[in-house]
Amino acid sequence: MDLSVSIGSLRLANPLIAASGCFGYGVEYAGAVDLAALGAVAVKGLFLAAREGHPPPRIVETPSGMLNAIGLQGIGVHRFVAERLPELRRHGAVVIVNICGTTIDEYVELARILSDAEGVAALELNISCPNIKEGGITFGCSLTGTHAVVSAVRKVTRLPVIPKLTPNVTDVASFARAAEEAGADAVSLVNTFLAMAIDVETRRPRLSNIVGGLSGPAIRPIAVRMVYECRQAVRLPIIGMGGIANTTDVLEFLIAGATAVQIGTANFVDPLLWSGVLEGLRAYMERHRIGAIGELTGSLDTSRREHAWISS
Amino acid sequence: MLADVDATVLENRRLSEHYSVLVLDAPPIAAVTQPGQFVMLKPAQGSDPLLRRPFSVFEILRGPAGEPAAISILNKRAGVGTALLYDVEPGTTIRCLGPLGKPFEAVRPPAEAWMVAGGVGLAPFVTLATRLEELGTPATLFYGARTASELYYVELFEALGVRTVLSTEDGTRGVRGRVTAPLRDTLSATPDTTDIRLYACGPTPMMRAVARLAADHRRPCDVSLEQVMGCGLGGCYSCVVLTTLPGGTPHFVRSCIEGPVFDARHLVWEALEG
Ligand SMILES: Cc1cc2nc3c(=O)[nH]c(=O)nc-3n(C[C@H](O)[C@H](O)[C@H](O)COP(=O)(O)O)c2cc1C
Repeated sequence: MDLSVSIGSLRLANPLIAASGCFGYGVEYAGAVDLAALGAVAVKGLFLAAREGHPPPRIVETPSGMLNAIGLQGIGVHRFVAERLPELRRHGAVVIVNICGTTIDEYVELARILSDAEGVAALELNISCPNIKEGGITFGCSLTGTHAVVSAVRKVTRLPVIPKLTPNVTDVASFARAAEEAGADAVSLVNTFLAMAIDVETRRPRLSNIVGGLSGPAIRPIAVRMVYECRQAVRLPIIGMGGIANTTDVLEFLIAGATAVQIGTANFVDPLLWSGVLEGLRAYMERHRIGAIGELTGSLDTSRREHAWISS
Repeated sequence: MLADVDATVLENRRLSEHYSVLVLDAPPIAAVTQPGQFVMLKPAQGSDPLLRRPFSVFEILRGPAGEPAAISILNKRAGVGTALLYDVEPGTTIRCLGPLGKPFEAVRPPAEAWMVAGGVGLAPFVTLATRLEELGTPATLFYGARTASELYYVELFEALGVRTVLSTEDGTRGVRGRVTAPLRDTLSATPDTTDIRLYACGPTPMMRAVARLAADHRRPCDVSLEQVMGCGLGGCYSCVVLTTLPGGTPHFVRSCIEGPVFDARHLVWEALEG
């Protein structure tokens, strides 16, 4: 039974990736989870410099989901390379580094630094964080901006380049196409949905940043639809995410068109879920006589649609 | 070692309309929990509410052979999750992840330990008092609540050899007013030569006041904070508190892994909610 998948030149032992911002720098989980058993670990979004992020409250629970406005607190790329990366390597983790910049030059600089560092498997370009005003999402909300960031990073690195797309656009597939044309190796989607919650007693926003990003099971059907749309639009491998909490959810994304998936919010609730989800995938493949998990990608069967309409 | 246990609820002792003590069958967690550590509980199955909640381990309960068998938590009904836990019936299973966080460092004799608890802030002090008794450290509990019927488990502390100083806001038991008043008086009446460490847990204004008293009297003070947490493991960066080291610039740190116990001098108290 073959659980391995390919994202450009990167081969992962299985399709399960810890989602950026939901797994710290990975090392926090080394005592609880075998990092080497994950397909990969996408570490928390990194800027060139350290950042403090937004004041609390930074999260609020919503029906079957949560809003966050962390504001990309982080240690900056230099400390990451010096302190966290060696530890991740020691644990045998396949490391995807999520990078954020306010200008194209910053993305390029980050890509250069990380390409020279030992133990980085791929770069995920965060052009989709809804929680910071400057940069990032301004590239992700414009087709020319997306194209420009991806092609600039493409020129300076041999690492797989994976732009992470925002769902806060009218037509996400056109952004996947722009990424493909600019030389991306894959796309990942979705980042969180811009959202808001209010305490009606105090009439205050529940987040210090007023607005934040919605994640968790509440967004899953929309994310599945977006992966499906991108699958129709591009040939690139797609890393799907949004509300995945169990084996069935993973399968839904694979069948919709994803090659691999990320699990974010569910890891907060159930940090030891990884081995159970993998076991579930194996059981499914056995039950459906599937030899390689890649066979599932984009295997959605729409053939009975017309027939269903006629008979109803 | 961290464990995620499907813990059976052995008992849900309702102490009042607001408070209950939930006993959970969780031997692997009971066996390794240190004073002041916490667990993350999932109040209901399914995705609504979605997240787990942090709770201090209240008691470590032992089986017939003296082996650690169960833990309890002190629950105060305040929101959706705590209301669900208040209503939970014995036999239900609840996911319980722990133990988590940095424990209290219990001082050794001849130093004395003074614990200061407000309301549900009593929660981390049974485990600390137990450790202090093992070490033979003289211990005092300053414990305040709104009213006499909300002062719980005083006998348990007394059985552990802890001197108790009680206060209620309505004067129905102990000193009338806030717990910080008897604390201030006792601090003032104690000679500098007595080595004392303060430990505080309760509402933020109370802990802020205790921290100030400790600073005024040049006593070390550890506080246990109760921040909203997403994961409890350092993954999400939601439970941050602003800290500052002498000469340093203020910096957000995760209270789940750098805390929940902090040296009161390192916290930027103005930045804490409440
Ligand atoms: C607390 C939190 C922090 C996040 N931080 C990042 C980040 O730094 N970079 C990024 O690309 N996505 C970040 N995300 C988005 C997730 O990686 C993921 O795209 C999104 O949460 C949807 O997946 P989920 O429903 O499984 O969580 C964050 C999400 C959450 C909940």
